[in-house]
Amino acid sequence: MKPTDTQHPDWFHRVVDCQWACPAHTDVPEYIRLIAQGRFTDAYMVNRDSNVFPGILGRVCDRPCEPACRRGRVEDKPVAICRLKRVAADHKGEVAHRLPQAPAKNNGRRIACIGAGPASLTVANDLLPLGYEVTIFEAHGKPGGLMRSNIPSFRLPAETLDEEIGFITGMGAEIRLGHRINSMKALLDEGWDAVFVGSGAPRGKDLQLPGRDEAAANIHIGIDWLESVAFEHTKQIGRRVLIIGVGNTAMDCCRSALRLGAKDVKVMARKPRNFFKASDWELEDAESENVEIVVNHSPKAFVVEDGRLTGMVFEQMAYEFDERGKITGQRVTGERFYPADDVVLAIGQENAFPWIERDLGIEFDKWEVPVVDETTHAATRPGVFFGGDSAFGPKNIIWAVAHGHTAAVSIHLHCEGRELDKRRPRTLKMEPRKMGLHEWAYSNDFDPLERRLVPHVELKKRFRRLDIEVELGFAAEQAAQEVQRCLNCDVQTVFTASLCIECDACIDICPVDCLGILPNGDEHSLRQGLKAPANNLEQPFFVSEPLKQTGRVMVKDENLCVHCGLCAERCPTDAWDMQKSHVRLPYAADEEPLCPDKQRRSA
Amino acid sequence: MTYIAKPRVDHPGLTRNALGMTRRDYEGALSTLCAGCGHDSVTAAIVRACWEMALPPHRVVKLSGIGCSSKTPAYFLSQSHGINTVHGRMPSVATGAAAANRQLTFMGISGDGDSLSIGLGQFCHAMRRNVRMLYIIENNGVYGLTKGQFSASADIGSKAKKGEINMQPPIDPVLTALTAGATFVARSFSGDKEQLVPLIKAGLSHDGFALIDVLSPCVTFNDHEDSTKSYAFSRQFYHPAVHTDFVAPAEEIRARYDEGASMELELHDGSHLALRKVEPEYDPTDRDGAFVKIHERIQAGEWLTGLLYVETGREEMHGLNNTVHDPLATLPFSALCPGAETLDRTLARYR
Repeated sequence: MKPTDTQHPDWFHRVVDCQWACPAHTDVPEYIRLIAQGRFTDAYMVNRDSNVFPGILGRVCDRPCEPACRRGRVEDKPVAICRLKRVAADHKGEVAHRLPQAPAKNNGRRIACIGAGPASLTVANDLLPLGYEVTIFEAHGKPGGLMRSNIPSFRLPAETLDEEIGFITGMGAEIRLGHRINSMKALLDEGWDAVFVGSGAPRGKDLQLPGRDEAAANIHIGIDWLESVAFEHTKQIGRRVLIIGVGNTAMDCCRSALRLGAKDVKVMARKPRNFFKASDWELEDAESENVEIVVNHSPKAFVVEDGRLTGMVFEQMAYEFDERGKITGQRVTGERFYPADDVVLAIGQENAFPWIERDLGIEFDKWEVPVVDETTHAATRPGVFFGGDSAFGPKNIIWAVAHGHTAAVSIHLHCEGRELDKRRPRTLKMEPRKMGLHEWAYSNDFDPLERRLVPHVELKKRFRRLDIEVELGFAAEQAAQEVQRCLNCDVQTVFTASLCIECDACIDICPVDCLGILPNGDEHSLRQGLKAPANNLEQPFFVSEPLKQTGRVMVKDENLCVHCGLCAERCPTDAWDMQKSHVRLPYAADEEPLCPDKQRRSA
Repeated sequence: MTYIAKPRVDHPGLTRNALGMTRRDYEGALSTLCAGCGHDSVTAAIVRACWEMALPPHRVVKLSGIGCSSKTPAYFLSQSHGINTVHGRMPSVATGAAAANRQLTFMGISGDGDSLSIGLGQFCHAMRRNVRMLYIIENNGVYGLTKGQFSASADIGSKAKKGEINMQPPIDPVLTALTAGATFVARSFSGDKEQLVPLIKAGLSHDGFALIDVLSPCVTFNDHEDSTKSYAFSRQFYHPAVHTDFVAPAEEIRARYDEGASMELELHDGSHLALRKVEPEYDPTDRDGAFVKIHERIQAGEWLTGLLYVETGREEMHGLNNTVHDPLATLPFSALCPGAETLDRTLARYR
């Protein structure tokens, strides 16, 4: 194999599984270390740099970081990254003075953002400090988008939303509430320098089955119903409720129904459990509230008696699978009636742009989805950008934030008259962590502690009001323990082949057998040549330059490295070193030639 | 050295041996030797060999004298018996221990100071008696623990770290062993575990005294240019003469070698050694021939390595002395102390 190019900005980035998996590339290990030191405000600011809404995301993020977490491979449970993010947000001190500030004089450019969701708010967050005038149009009476309308307040309290959105309005973003944009043409005619569409995927899918129209009064579209609950238009629901669909919206629907008076809530799933779209922890939370999840039931008809919904008929399904668990065949084995007073449909949502005229130069594809460039987020009409769910369909908050950052760079380049695809690249900075003999500037002891469990409000108490937050967040002691589970994957093992004397000390001491000195060969032979073969092909595999004495190569399987630093500790020649990798993402402020660093970066 | 203990976290794919133990169950305490010390590699090789052989750790006795090398038994097999003896006196203690219980596995770890200076006499006599034990000399040519003076194995012309040149001829443990009648004589290098591990396994299975002289560089005091025991020098001038594969009793011999260049030896416990000659002219069963060849190569500044001499079938200490089979500790009191009458009768024979 050829020597690994560790200078490539992605190489060490990939090793930090959580950061690599995060769409916004939040520097997770760095903020976890800050929490460990009790520096909650600093931890919050590290978060805010990349994900803008640490308090919100610390509660309701989709957490792509956690399934990626190396700890989940070394043991079975990943670090509770999301919960720790909340710890930073809950315990932070005053941050106002550390937030980016808009300059006294604006730059004369006006940007319109449609929808006050996470994508638009991120665009505002990135552009305001550069002097842009940002106006956000929001159809509802409160900002937040789906974060407010679709995530129930028992999961995400209004105060958290208000605080973090307030940071952005505090910078000078103007939010025009109750202002629905009904015509893109009219908006464009107002002469904005750029328009950002962050209006989400607001249309819930319907289920046209017999009885649908007759029973319309008791059949609700999930996201519309959640919105109506959030804005207190809907305050009750029947005793027996069926939720159709088993994604995260379905979980929010079933738990909300329990708080509006339902006593018997069933989530009806068409397929077996391993096909559920809902996150494991959301399923767990729903089931702990005694929601029953019924698998292998496909909706057939709504049953109406005397003009009123009495329940639904389902086909009971049986599936055949191949070796990989993929469904290869299905058949109906019977039918069953489930009584219900109300049905909530949570079977997906899609983009809808009835308000964008089709003759504006904004192209749509055959599915009526706008054509959006994946790297610049630009629509086909110059000056129009899409982000969040409205760009590439429903994803989640952290993706919307990532989109917002990218779109903000594009908007800035567009306004400067520069080419959108000549953007600054992602860069990587390495910083040694050696402090002295046997001293490393990070806690490298492996702590065999198991994942801490977050305390919840007692089952009896939590249904009293809709907005009693169920998760309590880690107590100080639990947080102090959980942070120690982080393996510090960002403190990287950096190898210098020319210094190595091939004494084997690193290989002998490595607790997880991830190192080897082998005659060079193809990737397969090197991966199999380790004491513990490197069978996880998705994980990076390091190969050094040829070593001085024998011409063999040092190889490292990154899969299970616990970053204990013993290879560097045992190395007599400092061929191994532990260095912190900083991934630098380009933000709009970084493109600004006049003040490249000052405004965006917090101290 | 390191202050940070090796964390107790295992690779989930770590395999287990016949006893259900992982390699890490054969480890010991945290090494306090210098980072990069060859001795730590030898320790790792011992751990691997014992794990692969599925030795029950509580049936192993680790013995050592004084010196850097003699510290290492603390760093492997933490569940075994062990004794750190007086400087150079490990062979006597090992002889005594082996006499008292022939059913245990004995492993002596020594250094060039411990075995070739203060303990040279003891070392020779243990070989002469053919005590059934593995005797490893971690040979680095210096007294590391007293800051780098030349040891008895330092080569003529080798330069110390501070610049003085050694003028006294070295004592070579391999040649000494051949002269003293040892029945298993090997040389290896701490940086070559592929060679060292099978040798350790073979030595542990040998029915008699098995010596492995391991070139084990001192990274602090003897790893500079003009040292003849540095990593770089050892790598450049060591030549495997015989490649040894150890085949445990239950395993079938898979490797097949060319006629003439290979030979098989059966050991007393049913295991086999498959020897593959890298140097075609070399015969590891010819004591005199081996002596000549090894000596010639030393004169040329090269180290012949591998299993350099092996002799099976010679009586070990217990056989020579016709001693009791059971461990003394398990014998009934009447057998251990037959009484005053028996003593009187025995003494009467000498009157």
